[in-house]
Amino acid sequence: MAGMVEKRGFGHWLTHAGLIVGVLVIFFPIWLAFVASTVTQAEIVQPPMPLLPGDQFFNNYRQALVAGVNAPVAAMLMNSLIMALGIAFGKIVISLLSAFAIVYFRFPGRKLFFWLIFLTLMLPVEVRIVPTYEVIAGFGMLNSYSGLIFPLIASATATFLFRQFFMTVPDELTEAARVDGAGPMRFFWDILVPMSRTNIAALFVILFIYGWNQYLWPLLITTDPSMNTIVMGIKQMFPSGDDLADWPVIMATSILAMLPPVLVVIFMQKLFIRGLVDSEK
Amino acid sequence: MATLSLQDIHKSYGATAVIHGVSIDVNDGEFIVIVGPSGCGKSTLLRMVAGLETITGGDLFVNDARVNDDEPMARNIAMVFQNYALYPHMSVFDNMAYGLKIAKMPKAEIAERVGKASKMLQLEPYLQRKPRELSGGQRQRVAMGRAIVRDPAVFLFDEPLSNLDAKLRVQMRLEIKTLQRELGVTSLYVTHDQVEAMTLADRMIVMNAGIAEQIGSPLEVYETPATLFAAQFIGSPSMNVLPGTGTGRGVQLANGVTIETAVLCNGPVMLGLRPEHLVADKAGPLVVLVKMSEPLGANTLLHGQIKGIDQDFVVSLPGVHREADIKGERRFSIPAAATHVFDAISGKRINA
Amino acid sequence: MEKRVIFKGLWLPLLLVAPQMVITAVFFFYPAGQAIWQSLFIADPFGLKSQFVGLGNFEYLLADPFYRASFLTTAIFSISVTLVSMGVALYLALLADRLIKGSGTYRTLLIWPYAVAPAVAGVLWMFMFNTRVGVVAWYLGVLGYDWNHVLNEAEAMGLVVVASSWGRISYNFLFFLAGLQAIPRSVIEAAAIDGAHFWTRFRTIVWPLLSPVTFFLLVVNIVYAFFETFGVIHTITSGGPQQATTILVYKVYSDGFVGQDLGSSAAQSVILLGLVGLLTIIQFKFIERKVHY
Repeated sequence: MAGMVEKRGFGHWLTHAGLIVGVLVIFFPIWLAFVASTVTQAEIVQPPMPLLPGDQFFNNYRQALVAGVNAPVAAMLMNSLIMALGIAFGKIVISLLSAFAIVYFRFPGRKLFFWLIFLTLMLPVEVRIVPTYEVIAGFGMLNSYSGLIFPLIASATATFLFRQFFMTVPDELTEAARVDGAGPMRFFWDILVPMSRTNIAALFVILFIYGWNQYLWPLLITTDPSMNTIVMGIKQMFPSGDDLADWPVIMATSILAMLPPVLVVIFMQKLFIRGLVDSEK
Repeated sequence: MATLSLQDIHKSYGATAVIHGVSIDVNDGEFIVIVGPSGCGKSTLLRMVAGLETITGGDLFVNDARVNDDEPMARNIAMVFQNYALYPHMSVFDNMAYGLKIAKMPKAEIAERVGKASKMLQLEPYLQRKPRELSGGQRQRVAMGRAIVRDPAVFLFDEPLSNLDAKLRVQMRLEIKTLQRELGVTSLYVTHDQVEAMTLADRMIVMNAGIAEQIGSPLEVYETPATLFAAQFIGSPSMNVLPGTGTGRGVQLANGVTIETAVLCNGPVMLGLRPEHLVADKAGPLVVLVKMSEPLGANTLLHGQIKGIDQDFVVSLPGVHREADIKGERRFSIPAAATHVFDAISGKRINA
Repeated sequence: MEKRVIFKGLWLPLLLVAPQMVITAVFFFYPAGQAIWQSLFIADPFGLKSQFVGLGNFEYLLADPFYRASFLTTAIFSISVTLVSMGVALYLALLADRLIKGSGTYRTLLIWPYAVAPAVAGVLWMFMFNTRVGVVAWYLGVLGYDWNHVLNEAEAMGLVVVASSWGRISYNFLFFLAGLQAIPRSVIEAAAIDGAHFWTRFRTIVWPLLSPVTFFLLVVNIVYAFFETFGVIHTITSGGPQQATTILVYKVYSDGFVGQDLGSSAAQSVILLGLVGLLTIIQFKFIERKVHY
């Protein structure tokens, strides 16, 4: 708001210039990846590579999607999509149900349950990878979607968010519903869930990005290339040793890997910001 | 059409008792107002009738059927909430129809009932709007409509006007009264506003600290308050209450002056004098030092103290008086029939 | 905080919490318990027998120069990522806040790198600085600087710091801009009338009023640098050269999965667990404080 105080003029343009430089610097790595995904391997391995797009766009992307290096990228995209949607849906569903139970019922063990899920807030999956891996292996869930999804929905952030929101729903609405003859599940579906839809949508955006961007966990449990997610699959495309990497295909894959979450952020900016702010509260 | 009967209703949370036994038989079509200061238990009492709080003692009958353990829906009641409690994501129509949908009423009948209620409440143009697109008065009407479409045995109102501005409150008060007369539905209405209570009630329950101090028509309560609390709560400005000693048909005040009473009393008592019953009288026994006046148009309030008694005292005189004319020492008298005497310890009215 | 209005029932609420309870128990509490349990044993190389060693794994770890080096590496890495990403973000947010119109456009242009996965960010930066094909590395060479993060430890650290900070700038920018826009205009105008110049105003008014946001971001960014940067390290340096970029989380992975030293990896998990707990407590303390603002 300092802008109101400053005089317009030279300083004004300097501000824009500073921001534009910042935007360009932040854009540069992605621009370069995009350019690399539209040129030939020969143009890249002869440094410096060009800084403007070439004519190999369709070739490289088709090559990546259909053939890839170890597995077709189209399949990896599908794996990522299933994983991200599974995590987002799964976490929202179990969190809505348990937050509803915690807020609207009194049952034995309620306090204990509350503190147990509170503990899960503190431990990212990265901290307990080895034993979690053993659990998944024990269930025979390596190289499976359930193995990718379940350990990542075992956390309570969403439960806390919904709990907080439910606490702000006026008691009188619940009473009105009871006077109208609604039982608990009817109230949940007809009143509570529709009233939470903005929160649900905001959380969905955040969880989708979270799920899509997972790296370490898929790296551990998907040894079969056909089960690789795209974000972890990129690294697998690099040859071991001194062989030359297939840069145009790898860069096309990188662009494809960032496209869905980036589109989500841009087109659902309001929900995304709300989700970010909510989940950090 | 229904009767409602509360028999020695108690409520306690663990060891803490909050309602100490309230009984009333409500006649078919009667409008009962429960009035009292905040925290007196009036809302709890209403919520127990609604089935939103469990009844921990006593019995509740709707049409002679005991409903203590019934869910709200089964009690055949409808409730209007203080904040209206409209479902924010549903249209006005859906808000009114929700209870009927749950009851699995045929669509055509739902449409008919909602149509009828919305016509009565002049809500027809707004049926497809969401609650946030309505004014306060319209939301209030939707909340009433939601109660009406159910065609319940009993209406319950929980301070339904407290969120409206003063002008709208007067208007909605009239609307509620008219509607209740028209429909003839037995009603319980909770408020802390004694004017609302006086204007709406067929009978009212004056509550204090979980006890029904008095149950009676507004005029009964005003003319013969059963307790000191009822006496001071009903009437505006509030009744003056002075400690004194009963001397047969009179009460001697702390400054030695004796006021004649209509009842026989002895020992320590409280003497109640309504400000509007005091009469300017050059030979009157009450000498008031008037410090300030508030002209209200139709009458004028004088604030001061009785000479020799260190306690605020209010007099309401009809008509307009200029402050200069009435400042200083003024004398007043009061007819014996307009005095109220209460037992100093129990606070109960002395009637003999 | 408790609801006044509740529903009756016993089995329904238990049924409602059951899915979360089961998933949390199987995939969270059991593994976390296992981590603590395993940290007290050493397994033979074939994983056939294990022997109880009490706190032996911890003693060994804390005496291990590699582990201690990893602590130092993590500290340097986290602080650098936090400072770089917050510094750049604050600079851009201050600029955007000076605009009357258009700060929304810049926000849209600046926030989306948040959506780029750390691992993908790692690949992008590794490509730019690749010793054979990297365009930035090549131009540095033209300028006479021989870039080689595969061999040079400082360059490797610099690269993972920059790559990790890059996507984080968006996040910090968002919160800084919101924080700046929440400062009442009247306060700044009053200072301007008092004759305070931009820098004075920033130092005496904006920065103190922004401090809750700054502190919050400080904690959140350190947590990010600790746990969510695995992808960057793994794609760019794999912890090298000579473990120069092996942060604690990376070491849990490399000792546990590559080195198959389960006891040590579990003990490291437990230590990390303690660190997360500490950071969480700090964060909650902060949230309590935030209430007073």
